[in-house]
Amino acid sequence: MLAKRIIPCLDIDNNRVKKGINFVNLADVGDPATIAAEYERQGADELVFLDITATNQKRATMIDVVENVSRQVFMPLTVGGGVKDLIDMQKLLKAGADKIALNSAAVANPQLIQAGAKKFGNQCIVVAIDVKKDPGTAHRRVYTHGGKQATEMDAIEWAKQAVALGAGELLVTSMDKDGTKTGFDVELYREIAAVVDVPLIASGGAGKIADFTKIFTEAPVDGALAASVFHFGELTIPQVKQALTAAGVNVR
Amino acid sequence: MITLVDYDAGNTYNLQKAFAYIGVETKLTDDPAELLASEAIILPGVGAFQKAMSILETKKLDVTLRKAVGKGIPLLGICLGMQLLFDSSSEYGVTEGLHLIPGTVRGLPEKKGFKIPQMGWNKNRLCQPHSEFKILENKYTYFVHSYYAKCASKYVISEVEYSVAVPAVVQKENVFGMQFHPEKSGQVGLDLLKTFVERIVIK
Repeated sequence: MLAKRIIPCLDIDNNRVKKGINFVNLADVGDPATIAAEYERQGADELVFLDITATNQKRATMIDVVENVSRQVFMPLTVGGGVKDLIDMQKLLKAGADKIALNSAAVANPQLIQAGAKKFGNQCIVVAIDVKKDPGTAHRRVYTHGGKQATEMDAIEWAKQAVALGAGELLVTSMDKDGTKTGFDVELYREIAAVVDVPLIASGGAGKIADFTKIFTEAPVDGALAASVFHFGELTIPQVKQALTAAGVNVR
Repeated sequence: MITLVDYDAGNTYNLQKAFAYIGVETKLTDDPAELLASEAIILPGVGAFQKAMSILETKKLDVTLRKAVGKGIPLLGICLGMQLLFDSSSEYGVTEGLHLIPGTVRGLPEKKGFKIPQMGWNKNRLCQPHSEFKILENKYTYFVHSYYAKCASKYVISEVEYSVAVPAVVQKENVFGMQFHPEKSGQVGLDLLKTFVERIVIK
C-alpha cells in the first residue's frame, strides 16, 4: 500500500525561503536547503517549492535552489511558479526536480501539459489549480497568477481536461480555505477525485491535526500540503503522522 | 572507481549527488574500457524500455555490461535500469533486455484503487532474511513506475504490495536491481547505496 503523503510547501523568493519559519533553531532560517533538510529529518514525504519571484532576472536563481537542495535532500521535489515552457521544465528537472507544477501557464496554454507529459513523462507534470467559489453560487472558479486573476473556467472541468492532456498529478488549492486554518475543503476533493484517476493533493486550510485526519478519511486524496502550520511549528510532521496512524491512515 | 553508465538516462545526476553525499566518488562514462575496469557499475534509467535498450545497443554497451557481469563486476540497475536487466519487456511491443536475470517486464495490472503509475512511498517486505539488504525490512522507499519485473522468487530480495506484488530489490549473483529510487528514498535509500558500496563492491 502506498503511504499517504504529508507535503510542506516552501515559497522561494530570490534564493531564500520567503515566509518566516521558526519551527526550529536554525542558524539560517532563510536557506532553502537547510529548511528542506530539517523537513526531511521530520519525515516529510515530499517537498513543494514555489518560486514567487516577481522578476525574470531573479527567476534563474530557482535553478540554483533546486540544484543545492537536491545535493543534500533525497526525497521527491516538486517545483513550480512561473514555469512557462519546456526549456524551463528541462532546466529544473536537470537541476534535480522530480516534478514540475504548472499553473497559470497551463491555463493560458493547455497544450503545455501535453508537451511536457510527452517529453518528460506524465509523472513529471503536476497541474496546480487554485479554486475559489463564486459568492452566492456554487460555481468553483479557477484563478491564476497567484490567485489574483479570475478565469471563466470551472475547476472540476479543468481538472478533467488537465488529466486528459497528460497531467500525472493534481495539486488543488482551495482559496476559500487557504490561510483560514479551518480545515481542508473536503467536498472539493471528493468532487475532483470522482472524475480523475491521478494522484490528488489537497492544499489550503490546514490548521490542526484533526484537519489532516478528516481530509484523508473523508476524501480519497493522496497527499496533503501545508505551509504555515509546519513553518511555525504549530504542528510537527511526526505529530500529524501519529494521529493519522491512529486513525487508520497508512503513512510512512 | 564506481561508474555510472552514461546513456542519457534521466536520474543520473541525482544518483551521483546521492553517492557524493555518502562520500563515494562516481564517474559517468560510456567508455567500455572504463566500465570494464570499474569496481562496480550503476545502470540508471527513467523512461521507456525500448528507447533505453536501443541507445545501449547503439553504443554497444549491452555487450560491455554482459562482459562486465561475466568478469564478476557488481552491476546495480535502478528503476528502468533494473528492468533492463531482465530478458524482455512488453512495453510497446516485445523488446529484448540484457538477459542478466531471468524474467520479463510487464505492465502493472489494473485494479480498482490502484493508480498507474505507482507513484509514492511503499513498504518493503523482505523476502530473503539473510540478504545484504535486510535493512529494507518494513522500510518505505519511493517508487515511480508503470511496469514491473516478473521473475522467480529466488531472485526477489524484497517486494511491495500494489495491484500485484512488485519486486523492489532483485539479485542474481553479482547483478542487482532496485525498482524504487534509492536517490529519492531519504536515509533508507542512502543506507542502501552505502550497503552496496561497503558490502558488495569489490575493493
